[in-house]
Amino acid sequence: MGILRTFALGGIHPAENKLSSNAPIETLPVPKQAVVPLGQNLGAPSKPIVKKGDEVKVGQLLAEAGGFISTNIHSPVSGKVFKIDNAIDGSGYKRPCIIINVVGDEWDESIDTSPDIISEITVEPKEIIEKVKNAGVVGMGGATFPTYVKLMPPPGKVAEYLIINGVECEPYLTSDHRMMLELGQQIIIGTRILMKALNVKKAFIGIENNKPDAIRHFNELVKGSDDIEIHPLKVQYPQGGEKQLIKACVNREVPSGKLPIEVGCVVQNVGTAYAVYEAVQKNKPLIERVVTVTGKGVKKPSNFLTRIGTPISELIEAAEGLPDNTGKIIGGGPMMGKAITSLEVPVVKGSSGILLMKNEESNRSVEGPCIRCSKCTYVCPMGLEPFLLSKAAKLSNYEMAENESIMDCIECGSCQYGCPAAIPLLDYLRLGKLKVGQIMRSRNN
Amino acid sequence: MNNFTVSGSPHIQGDESTKKIMYGVVIAMIPAVLVSIYFFGVGAIRVLLIAVVASLFFEWVIQKYLIKGALTITDGSALVTAILLALNLPSNLPSWMIIIGALVAIGMAKMSFGGLGKNVFNPALVARVFLLVSFPVEMTSWPKPKPITDGLADVITGPTPLGIVKEGLGADKTMSELSSEIPSYTQVMMGDMGGSMGEVSAIALILGGIYMLWKKIISWHIPVSMLLTVAVFSGIFWGIDPEHYADPVFHLLTGGMLLGAIFMATDMVTSPMTKGGQLVFGFGVGLLTILIRMWGAYPEGVSFAILIMNATVPLINKGFKPTRFGAKPGVALNN
Repeated sequence: MGILRTFALGGIHPAENKLSSNAPIETLPVPKQAVVPLGQNLGAPSKPIVKKGDEVKVGQLLAEAGGFISTNIHSPVSGKVFKIDNAIDGSGYKRPCIIINVVGDEWDESIDTSPDIISEITVEPKEIIEKVKNAGVVGMGGATFPTYVKLMPPPGKVAEYLIINGVECEPYLTSDHRMMLELGQQIIIGTRILMKALNVKKAFIGIENNKPDAIRHFNELVKGSDDIEIHPLKVQYPQGGEKQLIKACVNREVPSGKLPIEVGCVVQNVGTAYAVYEAVQKNKPLIERVVTVTGKGVKKPSNFLTRIGTPISELIEAAEGLPDNTGKIIGGGPMMGKAITSLEVPVVKGSSGILLMKNEESNRSVEGPCIRCSKCTYVCPMGLEPFLLSKAAKLSNYEMAENESIMDCIECGSCQYGCPAAIPLLDYLRLGKLKVGQIMRSRNN
Repeated sequence: MNNFTVSGSPHIQGDESTKKIMYGVVIAMIPAVLVSIYFFGVGAIRVLLIAVVASLFFEWVIQKYLIKGALTITDGSALVTAILLALNLPSNLPSWMIIIGALVAIGMAKMSFGGLGKNVFNPALVARVFLLVSFPVEMTSWPKPKPITDGLADVITGPTPLGIVKEGLGADKTMSELSSEIPSYTQVMMGDMGGSMGEVSAIALILGGIYMLWKKIISWHIPVSMLLTVAVFSGIFWGIDPEHYADPVFHLLTGGMLLGAIFMATDMVTSPMTKGGQLVFGFGVGLLTILIRMWGAYPEGVSFAILIMNATVPLINKGFKPTRFGAKPGVALNN
């Protein structure tokens, strides 16, 4: 095959721990009560259009987009709206949610619920974008950026390549892997729909080399056609970061402060491609997703197809229960996921996985002084100097932080992972980015 | 009711730790320590013990009673400094001078700057130079190596090969005339030459260097650029006038060259952060060492060269930064 493509700068190799990669996708039953947060995307939260007491069906519109960078939210269940109130979500804070008491599983009539795979793409680009927008599709890799916005490049920018992200570089997570194995055909159709919407002739699907079965399966699915090319990629974190993925697939570097469209690329997760297929071919809005439940103590590491709004306690029960010495619950992967405060937190559009960590694994090592070993600099995929930026942030020297490109940080965590002194570099980097971002915005106003 | 830990990402940690790095350096120094005990006997053991005990004691006292902060003497850094200091000393140095050396290394060069990671200069070298300048006679009477198997009789002192060459060339002798007075290359490689405890055996030091490269404690950039600079520079002069300049191999194997290149110049805290900066740093150390050896007042220049270059590291770090991702986009499609 030759040398595997990869990004040139930095990167680390944490243990893969793909404990659930052989667990086929299992459909979970609907919950008794669905808690649907109004903030499930990057950008403005959505505005509810239902009220207490309303009866709803699966797929019915619950809330409208609250701005340009926002999304529609549809009911994942059928039943009666119990209340619209604050409830705890993955942020650890109580946020506005629509809470529905579930009755049965009745779907909106416009949705095609048959298992048939519809391959022929009959819609025009404008219609595709409209359907994706109305269906509330967001980036399923976890960023939850409204997909339809990415399909409308700003004036003057033209898309040349579509890149589909099948990398899943985070340890433990396997939802994308299972989707590629079991829903590959739909993902390919979704890819072609996206290509049509963007008017691009060529798409690349990047898959990390630790998923040879997915690579083989996809190569078979696209055999004979030359519009989609499968790129096996070197196993290196953060291969799935969109800038690193673009570098690996087409050898272009997105300039500092700019978006991928600047180098003619649009990146979408495989889960997003699947959601686009469902939205366009089946008229089905985004109401469910595949979530991995995993961890060294989990009795049955699994991949569940679950409705948005299901509390994670139900997924953990389905994985044969919360292990006894669980010390930490992570929403997402161990490198970039968020620690969750309660078992009542609901699954949202961006929930890729639930990772349960034992007590022994849950606490940080004692912080020591920086010994200037430079490991953080060597592993940073963006070519930054974490030791310098975190010091600047700690001492509130935001001018230096901005000049040394702190805003380029993708928050992958490689620096903190490799630090021998266990310094919480990423904590300071996030603080620095927050403050510098505020300063930059106030400068523009 | 479950209690879950909530902390920021990342939630996993790699295997590296400061302790592992420090003790890795200690392991790398074992061959040199063993050779020094073989050739310098009881004196070597005495110097090592006093250096280690005094260094750990001073760090403990300063942390407990002066700074009143955390006690970190088990992190291995004081141990590394102590052994490096011992390897820089003649094995017959009076004990009280060793104790002063430890105080200078730990108290002055390390703790007064803020402790581990904050010092500008290599602590062991600061102590060595301090002792050299304060006690020039005792610091330059080098015991002749005498295998421990020959018995425990008193050591005889004499000059190092570098000292012989410096004095000889200064007295207008030629290299051919001096060749009978200096040890052969085999003797130099194995350790059968006068010098400080750690500098005598090239093979022992190189073994330690290979171990540290394997464990990724050091990278090749500083040692290679330093030694290459020394070889090329001394080679040019030797090529022009072999009777009045020692050959490159002699320079590479004698004095503190290998000890400095492998253990002292590579100290993470006091060397540059990027590979490019490290190459410049190594070049500077090599150049300064040769300049001092050839035209300076001292026969040995490695310690001074490293300390001078230590001072330039903040400047080097400003000039040598990693390449930012996206700095050169390559293909700018949409303009």
